[in-house]
Amino acid sequence: MTPHIRVRNLNAWYGTQPALKNINLEIPRQQITVIMGPSGCGKTTLLKTFNRFFELTEGARLTGQVLIDDEDIYARDVDETEVRKRVGLLAQRPTVLPMSIYENVAYGLYIHQMRKDARSYKEAVRHYLELAGLWEEVGKRLHDPATALSIGQQQRLCLARGLAVEPEIILGDEPTSALDPISSQHIEKKLLELKSRYTTVIVTHTLRQAKRLADYVIFMYMGEVIEAGPAQEVFTRPQQERTRQYLEGLF
Amino acid sequence: MKFRWQRRHVGEALAKLLMFLSLGLVFASLVMILWTVLSKGLPALTWQMVSQAPKGGFYLGKEGGILNAILGSLYLAGGGTLLALLFSLPLALSLETYLGNSRWGNGVRLALDVLWGIPSIVYGAFGFTLMLALGMRASLLGGILVLALLELPIMTRAMDEVIRRMPRDLELAALALGSNKREVAVHVILRQMLPGIVTAILLAFGRGIGDAASVLFTAGYTDHLPTSLMRPAASLPLAVFFQLGTPFPEVQQRAYAAALILTIIVLVVSLSSRWLAARFGRFTVR
Repeated sequence: MTPHIRVRNLNAWYGTQPALKNINLEIPRQQITVIMGPSGCGKTTLLKTFNRFFELTEGARLTGQVLIDDEDIYARDVDETEVRKRVGLLAQRPTVLPMSIYENVAYGLYIHQMRKDARSYKEAVRHYLELAGLWEEVGKRLHDPATALSIGQQQRLCLARGLAVEPEIILGDEPTSALDPISSQHIEKKLLELKSRYTTVIVTHTLRQAKRLADYVIFMYMGEVIEAGPAQEVFTRPQQERTRQYLEGLF
Repeated sequence: MKFRWQRRHVGEALAKLLMFLSLGLVFASLVMILWTVLSKGLPALTWQMVSQAPKGGFYLGKEGGILNAILGSLYLAGGGTLLALLFSLPLALSLETYLGNSRWGNGVRLALDVLWGIPSIVYGAFGFTLMLALGMRASLLGGILVLALLELPIMTRAMDEVIRRMPRDLELAALALGSNKREVAVHVILRQMLPGIVTAILLAFGRGIGDAASVLFTAGYTDHLPTSLMRPAASLPLAVFFQLGTPFPEVQQRAYAAALILTIIVLVVSLSSRWLAARFGRFTVR
């Protein structure tokens, strides 16, 4: 299958500080790709370049290309809101919008005008809450404030909200790091269930999570991609010394 | 483990003392103001006072009321607040979403702070000069315009402070779904900030309705009920001022009644806005 995201000669800076150095990557379609590496290695920065979030940091600039289905998302005439519609993001800390549970899911549908009448909105909200595994818990209190949910439920609500705009790609920036173990399991399970439909890219700093989720692995160090390949190969037979050291927990 | 006095305990005790002193001072001022206004104003507060305009000889202690000033003040402050809101809300939102902490953004903030500090009599004089140049006479409209000018910096800065305290993650969450900046501002920032915005509006309204100097030249004063934007309008602070300035005790007492009415209006607006803020605050993300 053709890769879904292609990164070509990507260099990025915060001010004068280089953050990404000459990245070249191919991210496979409808699999889970895990980006791992020690803190400050640029994994979150790389993730942010996939949904045009990188540019939201002051002083950030980049050269090179990020292609989604052969379309450069940094080309001049690209509308970043369209990119972000195609590429959903699950943030590190679940952040619900200041609205009811129902409105949180309906919000994306509303701004992109993806539904016509009230009934199809209701159906869609239910569908995506079910998809995120939250419907049973909140179906009876859809009009409560989203902040009334537990933090784990909030993250699944964020997932439902992201899925509702029908993205092709889901990005996860350490999406379970703020959650308790049970809630983390919920999210991991959902991501595994959804991977046949969405290309998923997850940043994590826990090796065990990487091993549980990954089909494809990218190992980064000091702003560079050291090694990338199918999870099986990278975990069992790392080609690079740095990767081997990282997997053994040496840094 | 036994307690013994140390330097840090002295510091703690001093801080506590200072805290209670200032609390007492604030509370005592409030009680004393209310007591003065109530004890002096309540006896003069009759139905006639709030239901009639001044009749001939009112300022000598004869018949009539201050309905002209009550209505005038409500129109002036209400109109001014509405007009100020019309400009300050988009201004505050654009300060956050488009200008941020850029040089332009901070320039606008500095300008607003300077405007905030300008005494209201200067606004009054400025408004008066402007009205003369335009060939306008003292009128309700003039008063509303000047009050809007007076309230604009207060309202905008109060909103700006509230908006700046908004969690950045919230904005990112909306952006991640593909919202543009306008949608972020209207759907997310505005909803999150509604309680704070209500408070900002109230703050400005309170300043507007209580200000005498800015409406002195621009709205003027009249014994007639306000009927036209182009006619002068009375206001409560000026009603207090004029009546307190007469040598007749019964008229002076009416000044306190007017002050009492003004206080009640502010209190009612304040309490209802608190109630509104609590209702809107239901969905706020903390």
